[in-house]
Amino acid sequence: MATKTTDAAGHAAEAASASGMPQLDFSSWGNQIFWLLVTLVVIYFVLSRIALPRIAAVLAERQGTITNDIAAAEELKAKAVEAEEAYNKALADAKAEAANIVAAAKAEIQADLNAATEKADAEIAAKAAESEKAIAEIRAGALESIKDVANATTAELVTALGGAAEDADVAKAVDAQMKG
Amino acid sequence: MASEAHGAEQGGLEFHPMDQFLVKPLFGGDHIGLFTITNVTLWMALAVIAVVAMMVVGTRRRAIIPSRGQSIGELAYGFIYKMVEDVAGKDAVKFFPYIMTLFMFIVMANFLGLLPMSFTTTSHFAVTIGLALLVFVTVTVVGFVKNGAAFLGLFWVSSAPLALRPVLAIIEVISYFVRPVSHSIRLAGNVMAGHAVIKVFAGFAAIAVVSPVSIVAITAMYGLEVLVAFIQAYVFTILTCVYLKDALHPSH
Repeated sequence: MATKTTDAAGHAAEAASASGMPQLDFSSWGNQIFWLLVTLVVIYFVLSRIALPRIAAVLAERQGTITNDIAAAEELKAKAVEAEEAYNKALADAKAEAANIVAAAKAEIQADLNAATEKADAEIAAKAAESEKAIAEIRAGALESIKDVANATTAELVTALGGAAEDADVAKAVDAQMKG
Repeated sequence: MASEAHGAEQGGLEFHPMDQFLVKPLFGGDHIGLFTITNVTLWMALAVIAVVAMMVVGTRRRAIIPSRGQSIGELAYGFIYKMVEDVAGKDAVKFFPYIMTLFMFIVMANFLGLLPMSFTTTSHFAVTIGLALLVFVTVTVVGFVKNGAAFLGLFWVSSAPLALRPVLAIIEVISYFVRPVSHSIRLAGNVMAGHAVIKVFAGFAAIAVVSPVSIVAITAMYGLEVLVAFIQAYVFTILTCVYLKDALHPSH
């Protein structure tokens, strides 16, 4: 009984364990190749009908998206460059205009200044002439007064010294003295 | 019986590194017919589910800005598409779904095989020879359909001296027919060897003294296997592209 069991167990173990290479047991080759073909056909249909077209579409779509995005970015870049150019141009225009305004203002101010200077010069000249005239008058007035005083003084002196003072002679003498 | 006695002698040390490659019917019985549902069926179905999850479910939102899952799908798409375009030429792009199918199946089967307790479908020569023959037949048919008899110019090295050409032609023909063999054995051999080595190291882990070394070795091998899983899928795919280029442009 016991021997029988061990025998059976040994036999089972022998059957379960591989004697040599199971790869060279040709009895299972047909089975393996059959299932291999089934497997390959299934994988082929899954890949060629579903997976590969789907991935190809996704990759193409991504490529398209990337291309579009790059184009959009280029466009935006061009726009930015354009805007910068416009800005620079506006800035240059504004600068030129400002320079013009400054120049015009300067010229105007210069003209005003010139006019004012001329006017002032003319006024000063007029005032100076008037003053000169007044001074001349005053000087003339002063000479007359001195002559009168000299005449009077001379007449008094002559009288005091006992002479007869003739007005005409006195005047002549004073004139002669004052000229000398 | 003998193996049991042997195992007992070694103190419970038992190696069955090839057990993981056994093809077993899932729902009882010993007989494996053509249509029997086996662990091969299960793990191939899981590979299909993984491909669907990555390529269909991951991309379901079709977002312009991809989610993490979607970018993985797009990465795989771009990787293989560029490979087909660069290696096989622009006119090979119509074979892209076919090559993508091969790549996705191999890469998913390889990575699923790295799960503990899993079954690696690409470790079986039946599967890889099936794949390689599929490529071989496709390439040969495409070559003759596209170029007619001019496809035989692939074997006639016109740049070599005339006297050498027949000899070279024989070598070229042999190398052409060896292609599916190397193409398939490379993939299954790499995957099988790595898994078997991991199993051997795992067997050593039963001995307490060496178990730390064994575990470190398993970890290192597993890291290497992750690389191999991807690289072998890549190599299989790029070789397919190279063969396809020969079929489309057979002149040397």
